[in-house]
Amino acid sequence: MTRDFTITAFTENHIGLLNRITSVFTRRHLNIESLNASESQIPGIHRFTIVLNTTEEMVQKLVLQLEKQVEVIKAVYHTDEETVFQEITLFKISVEKAAEDNLVERLIRDKNARILSVEQDFMIIEKTGHKAENDDLLEFLKPYGLIDYVKSGRVSLIKPNEEIKHLQKLVKEARQTDHKQSLN
Amino acid sequence: MLGMHGNYGPNKLTNECDVLIAIGMRFDDRVTGNLAKYAKQAKVVHLDIDPSEINKNVKVDAPVLGDCKESLRQLTELVKRKSHQSWLDQFRAYDEVEKAQVIDGELNPAEGQMTMGEVIREVNELTQGDAILVTDVGQHQMVACRYTQFKQSKSNITSGGLGTMGFCLPAALGAKLGAPDREVIAVIGDGGFQMTIQELGTIFQTRAAVKIIILNNSFLGMVRQWQQLFFDKRYSSTELINPDFVKIAEGYGIKGRSIDQRADLKSAVAEMLNHEGSFLLEVHVGKEDNVFPMVPTGASVSDVRLS
Repeated sequence: MTRDFTITAFTENHIGLLNRITSVFTRRHLNIESLNASESQIPGIHRFTIVLNTTEEMVQKLVLQLEKQVEVIKAVYHTDEETVFQEITLFKISVEKAAEDNLVERLIRDKNARILSVEQDFMIIEKTGHKAENDDLLEFLKPYGLIDYVKSGRVSLIKPNEEIKHLQKLVKEARQTDHKQSLN
Repeated sequence: MLGMHGNYGPNKLTNECDVLIAIGMRFDDRVTGNLAKYAKQAKVVHLDIDPSEINKNVKVDAPVLGDCKESLRQLTELVKRKSHQSWLDQFRAYDEVEKAQVIDGELNPAEGQMTMGEVIREVNELTQGDAILVTDVGQHQMVACRYTQFKQSKSNITSGGLGTMGFCLPAALGAKLGAPDREVIAVIGDGGFQMTIQELGTIFQTRAAVKIIILNNSFLGMVRQWQQLFFDKRYSSTELINPDFVKIAEGYGIKGRSIDQRADLKSAVAEMLNHEGSFLLEVHVGKEDNVFPMVPTGASVSDVRLS
């Protein structure tokens, strides 16, 4: 049975690492649903958030393979229930159409979207939420002269405090050992 | 030896064993054949230092993580001595069958063109199993790894799982530089030899006394074997028109000899071993000889065939 899993990987910030991370997925013919890389709470450590749809058996093997990359310090996986996550979508719609049907009010009141920018002939709307909510809004906007849209990858935080504290401790320790070894 | 060109008994009986103990190996496809039909009845004990290897290809009943030198010693302390004579006898019976149908003809052929196996047998006899054997990838690799006799560890260098043709010549050079007091014999096919033939230049420069045996069948033999057995002999891009290897070696200051007669084999191997510097011996072997036993790709290991 396949389902969505979110992989969180704490890594060094090195050129070319992204390529080696994605190759772990490619060689198993797995499609990455979304991928986000950012700095993490620990200085100098990067955090990858990768969403994929697969079996638990496969995702277990994947995180072990990811950890074999020297610069991947720790990788874990979680189900949707174990994380709080969010995605962002930006929409560009025609101003002319938006003037009809009280669209702006409905967007803000009912859909919890925000207006980022209004220009002469278009406006940019931002919606954050789970993918399904954002996709609902996409369907809603299609009749209103939707010019363009873009979706971000998922960002996600792990719910249990103990777990993330444990992870941060592991990553910090690994980093200090590396640092000492490089000094020796 | 296990797997695709391994011994008959171990392949046949893998699917009958009660317990399978794997030490520092990764159950790759050349060992397991069809995974869906591999040792399903067995309790699997897997000793490995790499946690990502556990349960990767074969479900393990008892994983033992750690340095096998340590964990194996601790494990054997707990094992009670038992005897399974009838089980061992089954292996011996299969060994007899393999010897009669494959090994005798490979190592001591009565007639026809020379075989790869008899060249290895001759090397065994003259080196007494003391040499470092380095191989490339393909038929000659399987024959060399099946039949070479070793008396000490650190004596076999081969590109196993990676299957890298062209590996042998530079690896042999490295082995000779690393162990200058030992005889280093590079056994290479005519296909793989040309993939890193430029390393003859490094051998020339370093004066490393690597002994090179080219087992020349004028084919990419392993691929040809598959094309013969599984694709109705529709040979595609496997036949090779080779250069004069002895002449090329001569250009690099490496003495060489080429033979195609069985009567010359012993003296040629002796000449190679007695020569002080590097030496290239080309042996023309049967063009369409096959390596057996063989587990056909996609088949179960117990479907191993002898011809």
